Amino acid sequence: MIAAGRYADAYMVNWYSNVFPGILGRTCDRPCEPACRRGRVEEDNLEKPEPVAICRLKRVAADHKGDIGARLPKPPTKKNGKRIACIGGGPAALTVARDLAPLGYSLTIFDQDPKAGGFMRTQVPRFRLPEAVIDEEVGYILNLDVEFIGGRRIDSLKALLAEHYDAVFVGCGAPRGRDLEIPGRQAAKASIHIGIDWLSSVSFGHIEKVGRRVIVLGGGNTAMDCCRSARRLGGEDVKVIVRSGFEEMKASPWEKEDAQHEGIPILNYLVPKTFEHANGKLTGMTFEKVRVEYDTKGRRNLVPTGEPDTLYPCDEVLIAVGQENAFPWIERDLGLEFDKWGLPVLDQQTMQSTIPNVFFGGDAAFGPKNIIWAVAHGHEAAISIDQYLNAESLADRPPPQFNLVSQKMGIHEWSYDNDISNDLRHIVPWAAAEKTLKSIKVEVELGFDAATALKETQRCLNCDVQTVFKASLCIECDGCVDICPMDCITFTADGEEADVRERLTAPAANLTQDIYVADGLKTGRIMAKDEDVCLHCGLCAERCPTGAWDMQKSLIEMTYAGPACHAPAPRRNAA
Amino acid sequence: MTYLIKPKLHHPGLPANARGFTRRDYEGKISTLCAGCGHDSISAAIIQACWEMDIEPHRVAKLSGIGCSSKTPDYFLGNSHGFNTVHGRMPSVLTGANLANRSLLYLGVSGDGDSASIGLGQFAHLMRRGVNMVYMLENNGVYGLTKGQFSATADKGSASKKGLANADSPIDTVSLALLMGATFVARSFSGDKGQLVPIIKAAIGHTGAAFIDVVSPCVAFNNHSGSTKSYDYVRAHNEAVNRVDFIQSQDEITADYAPGASVDVPQHDGTVIRLRKAHPEYDPTDKVAAMNYIQQHQALGEVVTGLLYLDSDASDLHRNLNTVQAPLNSLTERELCPGPAMLDKINASLR
Repeated sequence: MIAAGRYADAYMVNWYSNVFPGILGRTCDRPCEPACRRGRVEEDNLEKPEPVAICRLKRVAADHKGDIGARLPKPPTKKNGKRIACIGGGPAALTVARDLAPLGYSLTIFDQDPKAGGFMRTQVPRFRLPEAVIDEEVGYILNLDVEFIGGRRIDSLKALLAEHYDAVFVGCGAPRGRDLEIPGRQAAKASIHIGIDWLSSVSFGHIEKVGRRVIVLGGGNTAMDCCRSARRLGGEDVKVIVRSGFEEMKASPWEKEDAQHEGIPILNYLVPKTFEHANGKLTGMTFEKVRVEYDTKGRRNLVPTGEPDTLYPCDEVLIAVGQENAFPWIERDLGLEFDKWGLPVLDQQTMQSTIPNVFFGGDAAFGPKNIIWAVAHGHEAAISIDQYLNAESLADRPPPQFNLVSQKMGIHEWSYDNDISNDLRHIVPWAAAEKTLKSIKVEVELGFDAATALKETQRCLNCDVQTVFKASLCIECDGCVDICPMDCITFTADGEEADVRERLTAPAANLTQDIYVADGLKTGRIMAKDEDVCLHCGLCAERCPTGAWDMQKSLIEMTYAGPACHAPAPRRNAA
Repeated sequence: MTYLIKPKLHHPGLPANARGFTRRDYEGKISTLCAGCGHDSISAAIIQACWEMDIEPHRVAKLSGIGCSSKTPDYFLGNSHGFNTVHGRMPSVLTGANLANRSLLYLGVSGDGDSASIGLGQFAHLMRRGVNMVYMLENNGVYGLTKGQFSATADKGSASKKGLANADSPIDTVSLALLMGATFVARSFSGDKGQLVPIIKAAIGHTGAAFIDVVSPCVAFNNHSGSTKSYDYVRAHNEAVNRVDFIQSQDEITADYAPGASVDVPQHDGTVIRLRKAHPEYDPTDKVAAMNYIQQHQALGEVVTGLLYLDSDASDLHRNLNTVQAPLNSLTERELCPGPAMLDKINASLR
């Protein structure tokens, strides 16, 4: 759709499942990209194997979509009288509201901050995610007649439950940043900040300046946001210092690159020992140099190298060494059970807690993850709440709908683009550094323009288009075997899977990818196709004289809260 | 056929041979033949054989005549020398090229029309002379480019696509090649690369005229129930007399077979052709017996495949003519004009 310029259509597909295309298109951790076939296919073929820029293409759809107001669901004209409270106004709770409000539920979202958005608003800096994008996509949800009560912190679950909500959704995030209790922490506390709290203060304008020399501790994405923010608030000498190796850092590779690109060095194998201070003023930090050693059990340990400790002078320190869940506001006598790590005991699928009408999602559920996981939890919790309030079994969840449609239009014409591009991943353009480093509000990434977006979409290998084989039509001419550029197809004797994998034209080494096997051939052999690096170029189908191969587009329709989940489930017609 | 260029991307695990080339490097342009054509499988078999033998593509000359089969050299070995001759004249042009430069590997690709009709005389004389080459005859029994009339190799009684029976006797190119003195004669099937690839490798290793008749179904005109050259018919009537292993160096000979089940035939150049026998009584070094066997089984409607005849002590045109080893284009004036003393000597020998 993006290739065809149907940005609004693309946006709506994305909006239904991901809820925040414009936000995620800028900030997502991209769990999809390591799974992208393009990365595997380019292995050993092109200089630098890279997946399709899926995330940034979603941003393209959001940037170019125009007005989609008319396509959004309308607030219900009639409410069903059921009231749901959401604690925390982050992505998980907003997803619950988006899924349930159009069904007639009355949603109330409580948040300690004055505006909704949670993590997306308070911790992702504005130079990565402009306020207008958050306002727009959060607005789409709040406009569904969802009540948002900002600036109200829920201090007691017991008190909230006493307000007789039909269901409560807890999406309060993982609000406590880990501290670093080493000598000097207390004495110099005025210049030492917890990363997520500092980012939040920056976001709401409470902090506008930082010292000239800043050290950021920690190797996650929060650390990257801290150092890049500091660079924009007056930090001239900003460095990131991590205990472990550069490669082991939790931050996404591109976020590390972005930080380095802005002249921020990342120093590794340095364990913090003390905060140095004079007259109550921070002067620097000392670190012990370490290296990696593996013990007899193969475990990785950091051991001191024995070199003298190093002192890095600094004016301020930002600690971004992890986040924790904390539920001091949930009374322990309510019947809500916690596990030994202090996390609520939940059903992994339904997100239901040990109090039947209390559900969790986002970082509050299973510890810190990311926005897209929070959205996924929100969808599941919404289904559960809807089923729970209709007195139905939460375990009874309909699977996603699945549809296959042939793409054949002529002998070698398909209703998808099957020509394979050899382009390398295109780079998202940046605004000029002299402009972006001056203000924390200037967005760094400019997003693809339409022409570059088109080129990037051509790198997509159409994984939605399946090669479908019909053995009864096959004459075993080997045409498909010969033409396949990736050596995916083999006709061979039947056998055990491990044995067949070895006997393929190119042995199928990726055991996580199933082999497509068909029997019923005249010679008694089987057709075995290793799907791992299939390009979906359709040449097998174009070379097939009998139409035994067909290219069929598969469409998965996820299950959302609503009538489809109610028993007896009325079958929806697949679109 | 397809309009698309085959994507440059290849399987990440695609191996390279001793020359550093992958199999994909031996490919040519994208085929314009009909989808499912047996000829495309034969092209793929040639690619596989050349890759496995570490052949340098620029040391290969591929020659062909006219016809569907003769188009195929465009679809393999894109970095080799090529010559598309007049219809049926591939053998004479190839003979000339071979005489001029014996250092190249000659691959003649022809079809049943090109070799058994218009070029029958050329075919016969090339075999007689023992030109050192691999002659691939892609045999589908019809004239595909002119909408499927019977060719000279169509079996008597076999039907056309419209149902008419063929009244003419077929030319059996394998028997003809044997009669004419070919020193390596094989038949295979485009739908069985396991058999075809080793045969091509053995033919490339053979010094002398090596002839391979490959039954290659024409999907557009000759793959129906009345045809004797369809995928189904050939599969049902395929009588493989043996399986070939072509062994390039002595240290590769490792596999053990039951005594009598296989026979190793050493070649001039140190390579070995190992025949795994499917029919114990079949002896591919006995020419008269081979001709008898082929005729008897053909009369039963069987398609006899495998390495049918091999003369491991074969000679070739260059040895017979006692020609110079070096390619003619490398000869300098010193060799070509040896001077009056040599001329006198030659003249004296003729007096």
